[in-house]
Amino acid sequence: MSTPYAKLPAWADYGLIPLINLAVAFIVAGFVVLLVGENPFRAAAILVEGAFGRGQGIAFTLYYATTFIFTGLSVAVAVHCGLFNIGTEGQAYIAGLGVAVVCLTFDATLPWWLTFPLATLAAAAMGALWALLPAYLQAKRGSHIVITTIMFNFIAASIMVYLLVGMLKPVGSMAPQTRIFLEGAQLPKLNWVIELFGARVRSAPLNISFLLALLMAFLTWVLIWRTRLGYEIRTYGHSPKAARYAGISETRIIIITMMISGALGGMMALNPTMGDQHNVAIDFVSGAGFVGIAVALMGRSHPVGIVLAAILFGMLYQGGAELAFEMPAISRDMIVIIQGLVILFAGALEHMFRPSIQALFASFSPKSVGMAAAKGKGA
Amino acid sequence: MGQAAIELIGINKSFGAVHANRDINLEIPRGTIHGIVGENGAGKSTLMSILYGFYQADSGEIRVNGKPAAIKTSNDAIAAGIGMVHQHFMLVENFTVLENIILGAEGEALLKTSIAKARSELHRLEREYGLEVDPDAIIEELPVGIQQRVEILKALYRGAEILILDEPTGVLTPAEADHLFRILKQLKEQGKTVVLITHKLREIMAITDNVSVMRQGTMVATRETKKTTVEELAELMVGRRVLLRVEKGAANPGAVKLAVSNLTVRDQRGVTMVDDVSFDVRAGEIVGIAGVAGNGQSELIEAISGIRRALSGSVLLDGTPIDVTGTADPGELRDRGLAHVPEDRHHVGLVLAFEENENSILGYHDDERYRKGLLLDIDAIRNDAKSKIEGYDIRPPDCRLKTANFSGGNQQKIVLAREMEQDPGVLIVGQPTRGVDVGAIEFIHKRLIAMRDQGKAVLLISVELDEIRSLSDRILVMFAGRIVGERGPEASEGELGLLMAGVEQREAAE
Repeated sequence: MSTPYAKLPAWADYGLIPLINLAVAFIVAGFVVLLVGENPFRAAAILVEGAFGRGQGIAFTLYYATTFIFTGLSVAVAVHCGLFNIGTEGQAYIAGLGVAVVCLTFDATLPWWLTFPLATLAAAAMGALWALLPAYLQAKRGSHIVITTIMFNFIAASIMVYLLVGMLKPVGSMAPQTRIFLEGAQLPKLNWVIELFGARVRSAPLNISFLLALLMAFLTWVLIWRTRLGYEIRTYGHSPKAARYAGISETRIIIITMMISGALGGMMALNPTMGDQHNVAIDFVSGAGFVGIAVALMGRSHPVGIVLAAILFGMLYQGGAELAFEMPAISRDMIVIIQGLVILFAGALEHMFRPSIQALFASFSPKSVGMAAAKGKGA
Repeated sequence: MGQAAIELIGINKSFGAVHANRDINLEIPRGTIHGIVGENGAGKSTLMSILYGFYQADSGEIRVNGKPAAIKTSNDAIAAGIGMVHQHFMLVENFTVLENIILGAEGEALLKTSIAKARSELHRLEREYGLEVDPDAIIEELPVGIQQRVEILKALYRGAEILILDEPTGVLTPAEADHLFRILKQLKEQGKTVVLITHKLREIMAITDNVSVMRQGTMVATRETKKTTVEELAELMVGRRVLLRVEKGAANPGAVKLAVSNLTVRDQRGVTMVDDVSFDVRAGEIVGIAGVAGNGQSELIEAISGIRRALSGSVLLDGTPIDVTGTADPGELRDRGLAHVPEDRHHVGLVLAFEENENSILGYHDDERYRKGLLLDIDAIRNDAKSKIEGYDIRPPDCRLKTANFSGGNQQKIVLAREMEQDPGVLIVGQPTRGVDVGAIEFIHKRLIAMRDQGKAVLLISVELDEIRSLSDRILVMFAGRIVGERGPEASEGELGLLMAGVEQREAAE
């Protein structure tokens, strides 16, 4: 009675359902393409070809994915604690300040492999700090974290603009950005890895922070499922009352979780700055924090899912740019519509097809579903 | 009489692979009170939901008064003359009685005429069935017994000839329950048909004409109430003989383990829920606190176990104070040997989304045993869970299964195993058998007695008077936040019932 639908085997739950959702999203997107008078099959081909067809495309896709892995993990950690961190955008943006300070200070004196960990720490610390205040207000004052983190996004944006047109800007420059970092703060590219497989990469921004992102995904998994802290985070996320009963401090768990979330979001700042542009420019985050929400949603807040979802969104970014170039009728805004459809079907409507798929599974193989046995045998 | 008010023929209903109702045939004669009993998950609620149009049967036929009825929504059910009183009332708390009664049957755009019509109709119903209610009272200001009456009136106002009541006495005092039964008998005399779903066999025996027993989705028997016994019904429900009353020897109380003095607790709204309460629990005894739900028992055990701040008073655990007004923390109390089986296992005692083994360390997750360096020792946790599953006969024996997929009784065993296996000095148990099936109740009661016999101090809180009476060595009765009396286990149900209703206190005050 309490569970109206039977359980699905894991591969269907985590594999089949997202694939079906994705397929439906692309079919609906296909109709949109049809509406503007283009051939949806050719559009799909250009999109996939643009993202994965050549080494160059793959490198760009993975570069975007790096950014989304960080922001996706950031959102997901908070979600495990039942907190909706809308502030990853601002946390990443303000972390750029940490990166800028470290890089501008040490790029002439230290090699990249020393600047990188320092900048990572600085970015994580700034992101965590930016999450600390909303977390404190939530834990101690009950100010809703969604509201406060949104406000902190605006504050972060204003501070960064103020600094980038002021103190951080080189004298005489017209552009609201720092000076170009010297070699000591430029991250090595990973394009050679793709070239190992025989593909050619002319120039693409894929860099070593991709590996950091994968490492963080693994550490996040360890944190959530293999440590006491993660256990406490999940307990609080599922049931604050049970957490109270288990002697878990609400204040402590909210603040620590949000700081971890902010730190992961903050690390996103490394990729476009040290990895690609070699400066900190205005609006370098450009919405990646919000894409992180979709990535976490689609990846079911699991690091493996997040890496896959981040690659998917990287593909939409990269392939979408190619598509807008190849098909003039499809503007940049159309790509946003397609991304929106993916979020809609994979995230918001995640449960739309679930009941019918579950019914289908139940009718094929009642045993694999296993619910009847579980309930019927109850003492 | 003769003709059946309701006939169910070959009803089948599955949820995925769960066959919740299997070939159900049932005939309920008009003008009778018909009881339906069964364990949790036996399919009672599913069957009634089909009858009331919440679900649709996969196959089978429903006949009302001999005519086939297609009940697809609850409006169809109402049109067919079926009314339902839910276990959890469906009332708008800040509306008046009258407004609640016309809700969904307002009729016209302006309320004035329908309210006037409802008022006169309500007077008629009052006269006919003795259902007195002030039509202008606000629901949240009424006691639960009266709220339930409003639910019954709602159904009758809509012309119900057949009334289904789902576990109606769960929230009532014994006196309120008696009053409800008088109302139901009156309804029966007026020719209405009443279907009573309950797990309390005593009520079945007291009021029904016929009783049907469900087990694992099937209707196993229908009996004339006069010709059956409680023992037979229990056996039909469980499928084996069950002990309805635990056997226990005399208590052998030792030193005071838990001493509560002048404890006062207020809730979030500032209402005093526990008012200057003092009592002791000794090693080797079970102290039961009886009372109607909402009289401060929950707040009392929450304060003692460190979940809720007390306003004033003191609690000594093994002679050492617990800072109940300040920093008392459930984790710290656990370390000091105070285990707590909370009343609400779904939201407090367990995390339903967790695997079984994850729940078997809840609150003890800081323990050395479950640690390996910085990480949790997953193997140790799972092995530990497996041994508890074996020791407490938790089914299915799968420590990786999601906790939500266990039955109520097995979920409760998960909590009990976790708290009892820590070998605590003091065990606080809230509603140990709420929503638990008969077979598991027997097991849980035996375990609690065994804890007592090992010299533990057990504080038991339950709204089931039978449970309090059969387990406790001393019974305290709580009413309106105060302890209004202490009795031995031999106290009669009537005597305790009066105390629970606050009768004696009111007399003393006059």
